[in-house]
Amino acid sequence: MTIDQQINFHTISVLVDNEPGVLARVIGLFSGRGYNIESLTVAEVDIEKAISRITIVTSGTEMIIEQIKAQLGRLVPIHKVSDLTLDGPHVERELALVKVVSTGDKRVESLRIADIFRARVVDSTNESFVFEIVGDTGKLNAFIDLMRPLGLADISRTGVAAIARGTEGL
Amino acid sequence: MSTTKISGAEIILKALADQGVEVVFGYPGGAVLPIYDAIFNQNQIRHILVRQEGGAVHAAEGYARSTGKVGVVLVTSGPGATNAVTGLTDALMDSIPIVCLTGQVPTHLIGNDAFQECDTTGITRPCTKHNYLVKDVKDLSKVMHEAFHVARSGRPGPVVIDLPKDVCMALENYTPKEEIELKKYQPRLKPDADRIEEAVELIAGAKKPVFYCGGGVINSGPEASRLLTEFVRETGYPCTLTLMGLGAYPASDKQFLGMLGMHGTYEANMTMHGCDVMVCVGARFDDRITGRLDAFAPGAKKIHIDIDPSSINKNVKVDIPIVGDVAHVLKDLMKVWKDKKCKPDAKALDKWWAQIADWRAIDSLKFDQSGDIIKPQYVLQRLGELIKGRDSYITTEVGQHQMWAAQYLGFDEPNRWMTSGGLGTMGYGLPAAMGVQIAHPQSLVVDVSGEASFLMNMQELSTISQYRLPVKCLILNNFYMGMVRQWQELLHGSRYSESYMESLPDFVKLADTFGMTGLRTTKPGEVDDVLKEMIETDGPVIADIQVDPAENCFPMIPSGAAHNEMLLGPDDKAEKPVSEEGMVLV
Ligand SMILES: Cc1ncc(C[n+]2csc(CCOP(=O)(O)OP(=O)(O)O)c2C)c(N)n1
Ligand SMILES: [Mg+2]
Repeated sequence: MTIDQQINFHTISVLVDNEPGVLARVIGLFSGRGYNIESLTVAEVDIEKAISRITIVTSGTEMIIEQIKAQLGRLVPIHKVSDLTLDGPHVERELALVKVVSTGDKRVESLRIADIFRARVVDSTNESFVFEIVGDTGKLNAFIDLMRPLGLADISRTGVAAIARGTEGL
Repeated sequence: MSTTKISGAEIILKALADQGVEVVFGYPGGAVLPIYDAIFNQNQIRHILVRQEGGAVHAAEGYARSTGKVGVVLVTSGPGATNAVTGLTDALMDSIPIVCLTGQVPTHLIGNDAFQECDTTGITRPCTKHNYLVKDVKDLSKVMHEAFHVARSGRPGPVVIDLPKDVCMALENYTPKEEIELKKYQPRLKPDADRIEEAVELIAGAKKPVFYCGGGVINSGPEASRLLTEFVRETGYPCTLTLMGLGAYPASDKQFLGMLGMHGTYEANMTMHGCDVMVCVGARFDDRITGRLDAFAPGAKKIHIDIDPSSINKNVKVDIPIVGDVAHVLKDLMKVWKDKKCKPDAKALDKWWAQIADWRAIDSLKFDQSGDIIKPQYVLQRLGELIKGRDSYITTEVGQHQMWAAQYLGFDEPNRWMTSGGLGTMGYGLPAAMGVQIAHPQSLVVDVSGEASFLMNMQELSTISQYRLPVKCLILNNFYMGMVRQWQELLHGSRYSESYMESLPDFVKLADTFGMTGLRTTKPGEVDDVLKEMIETDGPVIADIQVDPAENCFPMIPSGAAHNEMLLGPDDKAEKPVSEEGMVLV
């Protein structure tokens, strides 16, 4: 495989007008052109100006990633497209709610591991916990894998939110 | 802002007038009745009633491409909007500025599967540059003006405004164009100065250069074509044009190599293949142009000038990308070229032109009109001769006739040639010719057509008749979907599956029913007479020219082949079978 064809993951932040259909435009662009979406999160970040921030984790060759950014930049309601992966160090965080159903040793073990991962218990019954865990995608994956044999019953993840390190804003 | 409240429909018409719109192509229906009422009550804007909404969009495209203005369409909700989808996609692919107003059910019924409701913004999202659903009449003035701004600036394209009926009837103040702030969409026009320096250096040092230019030059405006011509002549370099770019550089100029691409000339494609510096101006390395990508211009350093950053490095990685408007970029290139007193490498250039002369000598567009069957190429060659120096516009349908028209009609000016390039929409040419004729009532407008394409939108003959548009329909009637037949011959063992046109109408009688002049010939000796009569007739004409049904369009780069693997003619094809990978390509 040449460098040109190597597939990399990129985290892209997009500022958009928070108007009807804007998410459909972004998602339609990805599905219509066959780009990957590994994760996508969106929420309003400036209520006064009605601006939302979309964080997309996508993958592709260098040329595809460049295309994705150019295609996003072309959409009329999009103000800014920024490739956090290229632009320098950044922080990525994701939150997951993980339901584990078990009793006895398994229940104790799940709690012990949750402690190591600094996951919080946000709901509990005699046979179950719901853990809340925050971290990068890798940490969440590791935690979920460890919970699998311990009665993992349900998972809900937010997808990645990301921001550049340092003083600069988007 | 004016202080008297008017209806949404009246706001729409005021905004259209404010935007300088003179003509709207449309078709009424329940959801747009308030707008039609407002049209009835004014006489500033002319409405042209088409016979199917698809025709309205193509007519607006013809109008837009031949004038450089925004074409405007008005259709009703549901089927009116869905019928417009092909035209919108066509305009998106070919970067034609269109504003399409679609009626919609009243806001309180949206989402209810109401009568003639469809999710117009959902359906048209991928086939427009942008679209709007106006839910509040307060937003209407702004959306109208913004839509025109989006349609015409940057890389132009179609914009849909979906208009619920209650919004068109609600009362509000009108805000004129000047009072609307358009900060949203501001594409970059001026190029980066460093890139210009680098580009000039590369261009000046070229030994085997070529200019490869496309529809972006035409979209940038006539000044861009003028600057291109000036710059190409200044360098003395060869220039080739895409299907969409024809007319951007004068075809009669000695530096012009003809069209490039799948049915381009041998010299154009070989020059592309062998060049060391390629200057791509307002073209997009489409698959019809590049042929097999990994064999495309292997030794070339490439400069790409485009207003749309997403066109750059999409198919072909380039060395110097320049984002900006073609006219702006050419002006800057020219200035730096002159300031630096650049001179091309005369010795290398002579050698390059000598090589090109050898390729030209192959005469890849030659054909043999010695028999007693009319060759389609002959008809177009004669048409080209007979309209030379005349104020004329050509539209085409899609198929072999389209490629022959591109090969044999020379265009010396921009905006004279309208064809469906990106989408390849059969049925485009007739309504497009209508739109062109509306914009240029005194000019000669010819739709070069195939008999199959003609049947795709021939309901518009009724529109042509109603408005007495003197459009000339030149049908190169080969009794086949010729281009399909050609691919079946070359790629599918001559199994002509469903490509024969049965039960064609008698085109002369058809002309008669619409009050047009009908002409027909089957003899080469009569071609000139028929063409002359067609050109000289005051009103609309259908000329049914029955041509060789077996003729194929050459040269041809078969799918999956490279520029230097062209088929030059029928004898060539046996030696160069199409690859398996090529077969799956379109
Ligand atoms: C709407 C549409 N449907 C199908 C096609 C596929 N197609 C391309 S060329 C062609 C045949 C055109 O026949 P005709 O108009 O007679 O032109 P000719 O090739 O014979 O000159 C067809 C069916 C198309 N381009 N557009
Ligand atoms: Mg035909």
